[in-house]
This record gives sequence, C-alpha cells and structure tokens, in this order.
Amino acid sequence: MKANYGYLDGSGQFFITIDTDKCTTCSHRACVNACPKGMFEIIMDDYDDSVAQIREAFRKKVKYECGPCKPVSDRPPLPCVVACTPGAIEHSW
Amino acid sequence: MTQDGNQPGAIKEFWRWKEYNWHDENLSWKNGAAITAGVDVGSVSSQAVILVDGQLFAFSSTRTGSDSPQSAKKAMDWALEGTGMTQQDVKFVVGTGYGRVNVPFANKAITEIACHARGGNFMYGPTVRTILDMGGQDCKAIHCDEKGKVTNFLMNDKCAAGTGRGMEVFADLLAVPIEEIGDLSYQVEEEPPPVSSTCVVFAKSEASGLLRKGWPKNKVIAAYCNAMAHRVVTLLERIGVEKDFAITGGIAKNSGVVGRIEKELGISSLKAKYDPQIAGALGGALFAKALLEKGGK
Repeated sequence: MKANYGYLDGSGQFFITIDTDKCTTCSHRACVNACPKGMFEIIMDDYDDSVAQIREAFRKKVKYECGPCKPVSDRPPLPCVVACTPGAIEHSW
Repeated sequence: MTQDGNQPGAIKEFWRWKEYNWHDENLSWKNGAAITAGVDVGSVSSQAVILVDGQLFAFSSTRTGSDSPQSAKKAMDWALEGTGMTQQDVKFVVGTGYGRVNVPFANKAITEIACHARGGNFMYGPTVRTILDMGGQDCKAIHCDEKGKVTNFLMNDKCAAGTGRGMEVFADLLAVPIEEIGDLSYQVEEEPPPVSSTCVVFAKSEASGLLRKGWPKNKVIAAYCNAMAHRVVTLLERIGVEKDFAITGGIAKNSGVVGRIEKELGISSLKAKYDPQIAGALGGALFAKALLEKGGK
C-alpha cells in the first residue's frame, strides 16, 4: 500500500509517500531517528502490519516542517530518504 | 440566512440537509448469528450501519454535533429506532471517521480510509478500484483491490475547497436548498468558467461579486460545481484513476459535481443502490463482522 501524508492547497501539493509493502521488510526503522523533527512513528496499521507513518500533528504542515531539510539551493539528500534502506519513502516536492 | 415568507421571523437554513434513518423490515434479525455495527463520526455528519450476518439491516445519517460521543450515540440510537434491536444485541462495534476514538461503545477504532475501501467494495462490487470520498471537511482518493483492501490512498483535510462544507456555504449564500444544487447547476445555457477553487472563502467572495454583476443563481452554482470538480480531479490525478471508479460521501448525491468530475476524467462512476454517505460506517460494520468471527480482537 502507498500511504500519502500531506495536503493540497492553493500553494501546491505536498505529500510524503510511504510504500508500506517495502516498509514492512525493514527492521532498522532508521527513519524515526533520521528525521530531525521526529515526524515519523511506527504503528500497527489496520491490516496488522508494523509500518512507519507521519505523525498526525505534522500532516498539515509538511511543507514547513520539511523546510530545513530542503534549502533553496544545494539541496542535500533528504535524511529520511537516505535512512530508509528499503526505499519506501518519497517526497512529492 | 433568509426569512421564510410563510412564517415571519422563522429562519431557513439552506445548508441543512435532511437527517434520516432506514431499516429493512423484511430482515429478521433475531436469528442472526453475527450482529455488528460501524459508526462513522465525521466532522460534519455521523452515520451508523448495522449488519446482520453481513447483510445490511439498518443505518442512520445525522449531523455531528459539538460532542462526538453524543453524536455517535445519537447515530446508533437512530439506526436502532423502530427495529426492536437494542445496543446489547450488537456484538461488535467499530468506530471510524474523524471522531473514531470518541465512540465510547466501540470495541475497536479503524481508520476511515480502510473502512471506506471496505464499504465501497461492498456497495459497488469487487470491480471497484478507485474510490473518491468527498466528505464534509475532507477529500480522500483511495485505490483498493478486489477484496476492498487499500493499495494506495491520499487524503486532503487541510482545505475546505472540494468538500461538503464548501457546498453548504454556497447553498446558504445563494439561498438554495442543498439538495437542489446539483440539478439547478445544469439549468444554464452554457457552462460558465469555474470560480476560484483555491479557497471557499475566496470562492464565496467571488460568487458574491458575480451575483452583483447580474449572474443568475444557476450560473453561479454551475461555476462553483465546476470549480469543486476540478479541485477534486487534481487530487485524484495524484494517485491516478483506475477503473472501476466510484464516489462516496455526501457530495456523491450532488449530480452537479459528480457529472462534472466524470466529464473531466472521461470516466463514468459506478452507481450504488445504497446511500453513498454510509460507505465508511458500512466498512466499519464489515470489519466488525470479520473481527467478531476471528474472536473479537
């Protein structure tokens, strides 16, 4: 399953996608500590899979919360994407 | 707000849709082995659905008040009304929706995404693959498999544009009963350009300006339905639309928006014989049945 967390408003579309089929294969859960804002958490989803999700408190603010990791120029690889060894995390912007 | 000419001083609320309940008088529940329920407490409306051995037995649709537990109870009591069944007869209840953690009598809470997929699968059949839920204050685009399991989802609950609440605002602005908006939107000579779809507040302001310019109500309604449809299609295109396609939620009953979504996508949506607004609660009741059969966990 692809879970898209974020929003669409007048300024654009801002979604973080977690592919839970890939996420369940991970044992490290490095994304949780890799994010400087602590946006990721591990939960048991509705299908009894242990997966990462974006915390509820951050879902309507992803554009701003992810801002420090996304400078306008010389943008480095995103820490959450780098930490995710199964390649489950993607950002739409 | 407007005055009702027949009752001086009375206030008519055009945005207020009818609350209702229904049950199947031909279904005898007393011999049912698995009586389960789903309660969907949304930000604007609450529904309760009762199944007897997986068959739809009763449902209700009410307006969510300021007290979520009370809204859940009201929805459940309304669904039970006239059936002879009591809360004690219901063996497993799943709470879902925005207020799912506030259903005090629920045995489990399940997200509205999963419940809508499950409910949509029941309502529209195993061929449905894309479900668009246009709720009171959010919009969800869901992909599911033939069993109603979610394979992809996206929810936008940051903005009221494209939601039922936006349509309620317009119904009140134009003094048109919300149930009539869809049909009236087609009573135009030609399709007008959409009003701003980025914000309900700006769209309302724009609509007021159009009315002052002399636009007839139907044309303004058409422009807003057009904007809402476009807004929602933008969201849908993010995950893509796979056939078969279905729409749930209160706005599914608005032909003005549904028709324009279908036209923009170039795909017809499936039509259900049940009220599309109960999809979440129905999915919850189906999950409840499965959990009851698994031993109630």
